[in-house]
Amino acid sequence: MIAERPQGALARLTLLYPAAVLLVFFVIPFGIMLAVSFFRREPGGFYLVEFSLANYGNLFTALFGRVLAFSLLISAFCALLCVAAGFPFTYLLTRMPRRRQVVWLVILVSVLSLSAVIVAFAWSIMLSQTAGVSNLFVRLGLLDRPQSWSPGFWALTCGMCYVAFPYTVLVLYPPLARLDPHLPEAARTLGASPLVTFFTVIVGSLRSAIVAALVMVFAFNLGTYLIPQILGKPQHWTLSVLITDEAIYRSNLPLAAAMAVFFMGVSLALVGMAMLGGRRRPGGAA
Amino acid sequence: MPGLFLEKIEKRFGGVVAVRDVTLEVPHGRLVCFLGPSGCGKTTLLRMIAGLERPSRGRILLDGEDITDQPAHRRRFGMVFQSLALFPHLTVAENIAYSLRIRNVPAAERRRRSEELLELVRLPGYGGRGVSQLSGGQRQRVAIARALAIEPRLFLLDEPLSALDAKLREEMQLELRLLQQRLGITTILVTHDQREAMTMADWIVVMGTDNRVHQTGTPLEIYRRPADAFVAGFIGTSNLLPGRLGEDGRVTVGRVTLRVEALPAGALPGCAVTLSVRPEEIPVLPGETAGENHLPGRVTFVRDVGSSVEIHLDCGGMAIVSASTPKNRPALRQGDAATAVLPPAACVVLAA
Amino acid sequence: MSRALRGLFLGAVLVFLLSPIVVVGGVSLNAKKALYFPPKGVSLAWYAELFGEPEWLLPIANSLAVALLSSLGAISIALPLSYALWRYRVFYARALVLLGIAPFMLPPVITALGFLAFWATVGLYGTMAATVVSHAVFFVTLPLVTLSLGFESIDREIVEAAQVLGADNREVFRSIVFPMIRSYLVSGFAFAFVLSLNEYIVAYMVAGFTVETLPIKIFNALRYGYTPVMAAVTIVFVLLAALVFGLIGRFGDLPRLMGALTPESRAS
Repeated sequence: MIAERPQGALARLTLLYPAAVLLVFFVIPFGIMLAVSFFRREPGGFYLVEFSLANYGNLFTALFGRVLAFSLLISAFCALLCVAAGFPFTYLLTRMPRRRQVVWLVILVSVLSLSAVIVAFAWSIMLSQTAGVSNLFVRLGLLDRPQSWSPGFWALTCGMCYVAFPYTVLVLYPPLARLDPHLPEAARTLGASPLVTFFTVIVGSLRSAIVAALVMVFAFNLGTYLIPQILGKPQHWTLSVLITDEAIYRSNLPLAAAMAVFFMGVSLALVGMAMLGGRRRPGGAA
Repeated sequence: MPGLFLEKIEKRFGGVVAVRDVTLEVPHGRLVCFLGPSGCGKTTLLRMIAGLERPSRGRILLDGEDITDQPAHRRRFGMVFQSLALFPHLTVAENIAYSLRIRNVPAAERRRRSEELLELVRLPGYGGRGVSQLSGGQRQRVAIARALAIEPRLFLLDEPLSALDAKLREEMQLELRLLQQRLGITTILVTHDQREAMTMADWIVVMGTDNRVHQTGTPLEIYRRPADAFVAGFIGTSNLLPGRLGEDGRVTVGRVTLRVEALPAGALPGCAVTLSVRPEEIPVLPGETAGENHLPGRVTFVRDVGSSVEIHLDCGGMAIVSASTPKNRPALRQGDAATAVLPPAACVVLAA
Repeated sequence: MSRALRGLFLGAVLVFLLSPIVVVGGVSLNAKKALYFPPKGVSLAWYAELFGEPEWLLPIANSLAVALLSSLGAISIALPLSYALWRYRVFYARALVLLGIAPFMLPPVITALGFLAFWATVGLYGTMAATVVSHAVFFVTLPLVTLSLGFESIDREIVEAAQVLGADNREVFRSIVFPMIRSYLVSGFAFAFVLSLNEYIVAYMVAGFTVETLPIKIFNALRYGYTPVMAAVTIVFVLLAALVFGLIGRFGDLPRLMGALTPESRAS
């Protein structure tokens, strides 16, 4: 192919159109958000164009600090749970025959695509008094009478992990699928048992992929918005809830924008870390 | 003038020179082979001829017409790619008739032509199959038929047989050569396999890792009279012995002085030369015997593969390989004393 | 891992993933307006209500319209972009792809707020156009990734073969490139469609009070108490996702889409 660069009007349009759309509808909105974070609130409207740093000054309240800390904590906790369960699961998945792999992938992608509203609703039913698992435990004789376990910290954890687990698997799938199948076999011939092989060879050779997955899932969890509102108590609400509240219910777009900008900085730093971690992975494409 | 003419072709990729100053002529109806090790620029040269790369310098003329800037799709060439590049979503017949469909040839005519071509490449009745249902050799034939469908002005083959196993490759070499002779189509074949080149080509163009053309000639010319040490080493196997040209026109190699029949033009007495002697030209005598161009030594290894025998000798620190047919096999074993004879007519003197 | 341990572990994961759906499926069949599991009495009344009441039909129509238009929009951005990235070696194509992936990598609330600020500024806050365009940009990542994979799967020699055989750029695209990426295009569209159907926060921030999509409607309804209708919606969503991704799994190459390089080598 000779054409290393677009020639002719139509060819140039193939780049111009997506560039224009992304610029207008993605870069500019971010620019506006960034600008709004320095503007003043207009009661009853959106914002007044007037430079001020007040929003960033008002950012660091006790509530914001507490919500930020809880967001980071629950996100990290669920990321740990998901990677701890997701890594061995993904390993087993990639060793399955193709047909079974496809069935699992269909289930995982379907669950991942489900609206958080639906996930939260399903889990609140799942943990409710009338229809929940506690009924099963009563029948098994483990409980005296059915209980409601939602809302609460563990209900929130269940819901978040339900969404994050498929995501974790999909993040871990490429590096594990590309893992040389002879690697575990080599370890086996050297005398390692399957479990020892798993922990020394598989986990060892993919350490940076695991770190990258942890950070990716953590960043993904930070975006949780609906699940805490349905499965958590008010003290379990995350930064996303706070930002939305500020923007929609308190109509304080500038403060919400400042929060979002701060939040974006934290997230970008994390994604950057994940990408660096992914790049250091020996032999694997990030 | 009919045929393809390349004039001072050069190709640079960034700062890297892939093809350096190539001028050559491909006569009409002949099969010319670009032969060289990987990275010598032979494929790049072929791609420039096809119109898939634009030369950084120079001109390409076909039958007197300058086609340097003509895009690939207007050249009406046929090309077989190394990966074959069959279209996976089309059937065998659709693959073959692709170039006809683009040129709006009516469907009935397309069907007739693709059946004819399948007949030609000995795959009758395969038109309805999917490409993935074919074996390696069958894909090969489909790729050839597809390239020939429009009766191309030039037939280009980029290492087309490299994916086949050794036996099938040898068969296909013969088949392809006979097909080319029958159709009388001007053909360029790129290969790194000197045996393939010698089997198929009317002319061989040897290219080296310095991205230059080292020699152009018929296969036997190149084999018997290599232009330099690189060609001698690349085409077949050869004993390459470093030496020095004496006042009397003899060549001193190690401790012995050898008579040779021909010297390269412009060779001055006292200059360093390389002596190239083909293994099959070297008889080996048992024991240490004296005589003209006799090199006494010891047998280090005997490679007997049934159809031929190779005797490896150490002649005073020089490694010499001799090859002979099983009939003329000298009765020698590893460790025996033996003498290699380098006949003066077989000693090709090359500039070092 | 030993066979039994492996089976137990996989079984546990399966139970974790499927039990909420089973429970909700049971609840959706309750004869009375109550959430019991196992259901008390069996009826499909709640599904009938979902597809009969305007209260639910309007959000369904909104969601379908938004999902259809926005995934078409996402394709219209992703197709030329991934084509240009594959076809031309220009640096800005790569930069644009990064830009196309960025909306998906950030917490959605940030992108959502950016959209809110943008539509408020241009005066289209609360319109369906705002929701559609926002979703198209937000989900452009999915077709971008699948199409890039599709283009990568086309060997360059295939394109060159077509050129030597006489095809110009347009003909190469029409007869070779497009047929070879078609399944990736469909996958990308399906991913964008299903995710748009399920998306909440962007739709809510951009036009939550005027263009009520199904997730917004469910969330709003949850505040007034749970009914089996919501369970019915959930099951419809699950079935729809399973159907779409099941079709991709059946006719497309899901393992490759998920990033495995050599899926067939694993089939032992």
